[in-house]
Amino acid sequence: MAINTYEFDAIIVGGGGAGMRASLQLANSGLKTAVISKVFPTRSHTVCAQGGITVALGNMHPDDWRFHMYDTVKGSDYIGDQDCIEYMCQQAPAAVYELEHMGLPFSRTASGHIYQRPFGGQSVNFGGDQAARTAAAADRTGHALLHTLYQKNLQAKTHFFTEWYALDLIKSTEGGIAGLMAMCIETGEIAHFKSRATILATGGAGRIYESTTNAFINTGDGVGMVIRAGFPVQDMEMWQFHPTGIAGVGVLVTEGCRGEGGYLVNKNGERFMERYAPHVKDLACRDVVARSIAIEIREGRGVKANGVDAVLLKIDQLGADVINSRLPGIRELAITFAHVDPIKDPIPVVPTCHYMMGGIPTTMHGQALTRINDQDHIIPGLYAVGECACVSVHGANRLGGNSLTDLIVFGRAAGIHVENALKKGDLPQQTVDESQIDQALVRVNRWNNNKDGESFHTIRDELKKIMQSDFGVFRDGQYMQPGLDKLDALYARLQNAKINDHSEVFNTTRIEALELDNLMAVARATALSAITRTETRGAHSREDFPDHDDVNWIKHTLYFGTEGKGSIDFRPVNRQPLTVEPFQPKARVY
Amino acid sequence: MTTKTYRFSIYRYNPECDVEPYMQDFSFEAPSTDMMLLDAIEHIKVQDETLTFRRSCREGVCGSDGMNINGKNGLACMTHVSGLKQPIVIRPLPGFPVVRDLVVDMTQFYKQYESIQPYLLNDTIAPAVERLQSPKDRAKLDGLYECILCACCSSSCPSFWWNPDKFVGPAGLLWAYRFLADSRDNATQARLGALDDPYSVFRCRSIMNCVQVCPKSLNPTKAIGKIRSMLLKEAV
Repeated sequence: MAINTYEFDAIIVGGGGAGMRASLQLANSGLKTAVISKVFPTRSHTVCAQGGITVALGNMHPDDWRFHMYDTVKGSDYIGDQDCIEYMCQQAPAAVYELEHMGLPFSRTASGHIYQRPFGGQSVNFGGDQAARTAAAADRTGHALLHTLYQKNLQAKTHFFTEWYALDLIKSTEGGIAGLMAMCIETGEIAHFKSRATILATGGAGRIYESTTNAFINTGDGVGMVIRAGFPVQDMEMWQFHPTGIAGVGVLVTEGCRGEGGYLVNKNGERFMERYAPHVKDLACRDVVARSIAIEIREGRGVKANGVDAVLLKIDQLGADVINSRLPGIRELAITFAHVDPIKDPIPVVPTCHYMMGGIPTTMHGQALTRINDQDHIIPGLYAVGECACVSVHGANRLGGNSLTDLIVFGRAAGIHVENALKKGDLPQQTVDESQIDQALVRVNRWNNNKDGESFHTIRDELKKIMQSDFGVFRDGQYMQPGLDKLDALYARLQNAKINDHSEVFNTTRIEALELDNLMAVARATALSAITRTETRGAHSREDFPDHDDVNWIKHTLYFGTEGKGSIDFRPVNRQPLTVEPFQPKARVY
Repeated sequence: MTTKTYRFSIYRYNPECDVEPYMQDFSFEAPSTDMMLLDAIEHIKVQDETLTFRRSCREGVCGSDGMNINGKNGLACMTHVSGLKQPIVIRPLPGFPVVRDLVVDMTQFYKQYESIQPYLLNDTIAPAVERLQSPKDRAKLDGLYECILCACCSSSCPSFWWNPDKFVGPAGLLWAYRFLADSRDNATQARLGALDDPYSVFRCRSIMNCVQVCPKSLNPTKAIGKIRSMLLKEAV
C-alpha cells in the first residue's frame, strides 16, 4: 500500500483544550498547522470540565498570583516544579483574559466581571482565608472553553484531520522526532505526517481504571507513543481520585458544588470532613477529601447506592435558584444518572479516578525531555502539553480548576516556543529513516493479522480490575507487586490477542485494540512507579509507608518502558522559582 | 438479582461487504436494574465487534452518540433503556449519508455550522482585562451556548432534509443567534446580511422537531424566531 505524506510546519496530536490553544497560536502566526484528532474536536474530554479555571483575577476579593502559586506548590505536596508553577500562575490572568476576548461566555459578577467561585485548596495570604479564584461559565466551563477554541481555530484556518488516529512517533536519525504515523478511521488509510514540530496533546488515560470520570477516549495514546519511542514518562504513580464521582456510574460531580456551599455527609448524617480538615472542611485538597471518604466507607459509615458503597453530597441547602443558575449541568447529570434531584435529595458519590498528574516530562515551554546520565536532554522536534504532559505543575496532587489553567497557559507557551523556534531556524528538518515507518506499522499489522488469540476485551477487563484493586486510593507493596506481575503476564498475552473485525471502513474495534496497547503501557508505568516510591505523598498513599519522606523523595520518578520490563530513573524537582522566594516543604494541614 | 431480556433491532451497513442496509436483531439477559442505551450497545459490541457507532464522554456533553431511537433522535448515553418499548429499534441519524452502521457523515452539518461564522467578532481593541458584560446580558446566552453539535435537531428537521445545502438548519441557526445575542459581538449587520436570503433562515417552517429532540433542552425554533425578527426589523 502506498503511503501518503502530509507535511506541515507544526502538527498537534489531540483536539482538546491544550492542543487547540497551541494550534491557535501557530495558525494565527501564519504557520501551516494541522491538528490530528481521533474525535471531532468538540468531543474531546476537555468538554467535560465543569467547575472552572483557576486564576488570580481578584474579581471577588483582592488576590495575587503568588497566593495561587503558594496553594499550587502546597497542593502538589512539594514535588511540583516551582519555576513552572510560578510561570503558570503569573501567566494565567493574561491567558484567561484572552479567552474572554475570544468569546468564552463566562458567568459574571454584578459589576460585569468574570465570576469566580471558591474551590478546594485555595487561600489568600499564603494559607489564610478561603479564596474564590476559579473562573466559571456556570458548571460547563470546559464545554464553553473547548467550543470557543474550536471556533477560533476555524477562524484561523487550522487544518483539522478529524477522526484520524495517531499510531506512533517517527524517530529521526538525529535522535529526535520528525512527525508521526496516523490512520484515517473512516477509510483505514495510513499516512506519514511530517513536521519539524510535533506537539502531543493527547490527554489523560483514566480508562486504565474500572471506575473513572474519564471519557472512553482517554487511553493515554501520547504516553504510549513516547514510551515506545524509548523516552521517559514522569510521576506516573500520581493519579487523582476525584472525591465526587456519581456512585456506580463514575460521572463527575464538580468540586464547585462544595465551592458553592455543598458538603459531604455519612450514613449518620454527620458532616465528617469537619473531623479530617477542621479549618477548611469540605474544601480541603482532593487527595485529602478522597481519602477521608474512603476511610468513612471502610469503617462502615457509608451508604449503599447503585450497588456500591458511597457517601452523600448535599447541596439542597443552596436553594433552587443557586442550583439552577450556578450548577444546572450537575442537576441534569444527577437526575439522569443518580435518579435524584439535588434540589431535594443528596447525590451518592464515591472517589473516582479523574486525572493523571504524571506524563511526558517537559520544560515550561512544552519541550519534551529525556534523561541521559543524570542530565536532562530536550528531544528535538517533540513537545507535550496538557494532561499528557508533566511540566510539572501538579506534582503529587492537582488543585481543582488548575487543569484548565495548565491547558491554556502551556498550550499557548508551546505554541509561542514553536513559532519562535521555527522562525529562528532552531527546529531543523530531521532525516527520516524508512525503517522507522515500517516500525510504526508493526502494531497495526499485529492487530490486522492476529486471528486466533484470546479476545482483547478479556485483557482490557482484567487490566482495569488489577489497577482498580491494587493501585487505587490506598496502596500497599504486598498487593502492588503481585499486581505488577499480573500486568506483565497480561502484557505477554496482549501480544497474541485478537479482534473480530478486520474491515477497513470505520473499524472502531481496531482503534480500541490499538488504544489497549497504550492503556497497557500506562498501567505498567503506573505500577512500577508506584512500587518504587516508598513513601506517602499527595495522591500516592501507601499503607506500608504511611509517612512523608522529604529527605529521599522530593524528586520525580521517571519510567522507561521496553518490550520486556520497565526501568526507573529519577529527576530532581526544581524548587527554585523564577523570581520569588522558594516555598519550603511543610506538613499540609487544611 | 432478577434479570430481564433486552431486545434490539439495529440498522447495519458496512460498505465493504453489504450491498444494502438491513436490520439485525440482538438480545441479551441483564440485571433488571436501569441501564443507559449506550451501555446496552457497548454490551452488544462485545458480542459482535463489527457493530459500529461513535461515543466519547458517556454523559451527554460531547455529542458523539446521537442516533435515532425508536423513531426519535437522541443521545444513547442519556437514554434510559427502561423507558423504551422493545424491541428497541436503533437507526443512524436520518438525512445524513451513512458511513457504516450508526456512523453518519456529518460534513454538511458542520459546513452549515461554519457558514454562520461561529466565533465572536469584535473589531475594537481589546482591553487589558475582560470586556465587561452585565449578568443580564450574559443571561441572554443561556439556552444557546450549551449546544453540543450532536445534530439530533438538524437531522430531525424536514426543511434541513430538503435543503441541507441552503438552509442553515436549527443547530447552525442556534449558534448564529448565540453570537447575535452576545453584547460583546459587534458584527450584527454583517451576520444578518449573510443570513438575509429566502433559504438560510426562512426555510424554517416552525415544525419544532428540533425542540422536541434536543437532548440539552434547547430551543432552536425560538432562536430562529429572534433572528427572523431582527431580519424583518432590518428590512423596514
